[in-house]
Amino acid sequence: MAQGIHVATTINGDAVEYVCQPRETLLEVLRNRLGLTGAKEGCGTGDCGACSVTLDGRLVCSCLVLGAEAEGRSVTTVEGLSTNGNLHPLQKKFIEHAALQCGICTPGFLVSAKALLDRNPDPTEEEIRYALAGNLCRCTGYDKIVRAVDAAAKELRSKA
Amino acid sequence: MQYAAPTTVKEAAGLLAKSKGSAFVLAGGTDLLVRLKSGLIEPDLVVDIKRIASMQTVTKAAGGFKIGAAVPCAVLGENAALKKAWPGVVEAANLIGSDQVQGRCTIVGNLCNASPAADSVPAMVAAGAKALVVGPKGRRTIAVEDVVVGPGKTSLKKGEVVEAITLPKPAPKTGDAYLRFIPRTEMDIAVVSAGVCLTLGPKGVVKKARVALGAVGPTVIVVPKAAAAIVGTKLDDAALAALAKACEAACKPIDDKRGTIEFRTEVAGVLARRAAKIAYERAGG
Repeated sequence: MAQGIHVATTINGDAVEYVCQPRETLLEVLRNRLGLTGAKEGCGTGDCGACSVTLDGRLVCSCLVLGAEAEGRSVTTVEGLSTNGNLHPLQKKFIEHAALQCGICTPGFLVSAKALLDRNPDPTEEEIRYALAGNLCRCTGYDKIVRAVDAAAKELRSKA
Repeated sequence: MQYAAPTTVKEAAGLLAKSKGSAFVLAGGTDLLVRLKSGLIEPDLVVDIKRIASMQTVTKAAGGFKIGAAVPCAVLGENAALKKAWPGVVEAANLIGSDQVQGRCTIVGNLCNASPAADSVPAMVAAGAKALVVGPKGRRTIAVEDVVVGPGKTSLKKGEVVEAITLPKPAPKTGDAYLRFIPRTEMDIAVVSAGVCLTLGPKGVVKKARVALGAVGPTVIVVPKAAAAIVGTKLDDAALAALAKACEAACKPIDDKRGTIEFRTEVAGVLARRAAKIAYERAGG
């Protein structure tokens, strides 16, 4: 086993340090070393988006990032969406619109949708569908997810 | 496997040149980590180039643009000046994968992964892009079409790394475009693709052109005969038909579940024709 790599990074606003192996992905670090099990491994090849997180504000698949790459960066996972125990409007709208069934894809969709709304607060349906094209859901048929994101965008705009 | 994240180009090239076993460059990782995890490669060393400042920037100079090897494709789409100068190249780069992949993938990675279906490559080749290569013997500049020699194979020597891609400053009245065929609307790789760049002379007559086809041969194919078919014309129907015919003649595609030889050959002509029209409009024709 190769020597571990010491990494100091920021996760959901908190300073975090860990030691990981060179081959270990950020997803594996989050789930297995840090107990942040929101991000899921669906495909492990960057196709399904279930492991979506943001890295320095940019949406990425954490299965295609090495844990060592997070040194000095800032990572946000689905666990960072709520504030003081209050769900983010996107999370509330997902529940209201029944935008999930089995739930495996949901954390990834929430992180992607948040990245979309941060960049574009008033997306069209087409823009929502394109922005979420990197997230696969085998249960819902996507329609309820798109409606939930649209409803959350409306609510966030009314508060802004 | 060892992981290294050097902060200078020199250090990166030195690590790659000195490595005893198999060494790989990690830029966006959207190809490398997939191959690593599936066991297709067993690296002894991975050199992450994302800590090298010069590889993380797009710079605009009098001579054109220089795109660092670690710049994610999403950043290219956010660069207004680059988009205005080379819309076809930027559109091609932005077609790769999802938003998640866009946040990581790079055009240098797309090039060096050496897939015949790489989206950014025909657009770069049409635009006359060059690769800046740094290695143990110093630096050299080669045309993008000379980097890939076959599926998964490049002309780079041991210890060499592509540091950046350069795009020239477009001549006045120049336009470029890239189109691909996929059976869905996004999240797929090209079954056939075409990049066209052209420059107009007086009265809307095409003065210069470059045409490149993707996914219809082991490497991207430059088609000088297709370019010649439209030079000296105003891109009338006869010229477009001649361009399509030259493209069809240049195709050497494989037959697979994603497209037959006949289909790929015909679509190559269609896409080249459509891309030429878009490039012509962009050039102000």
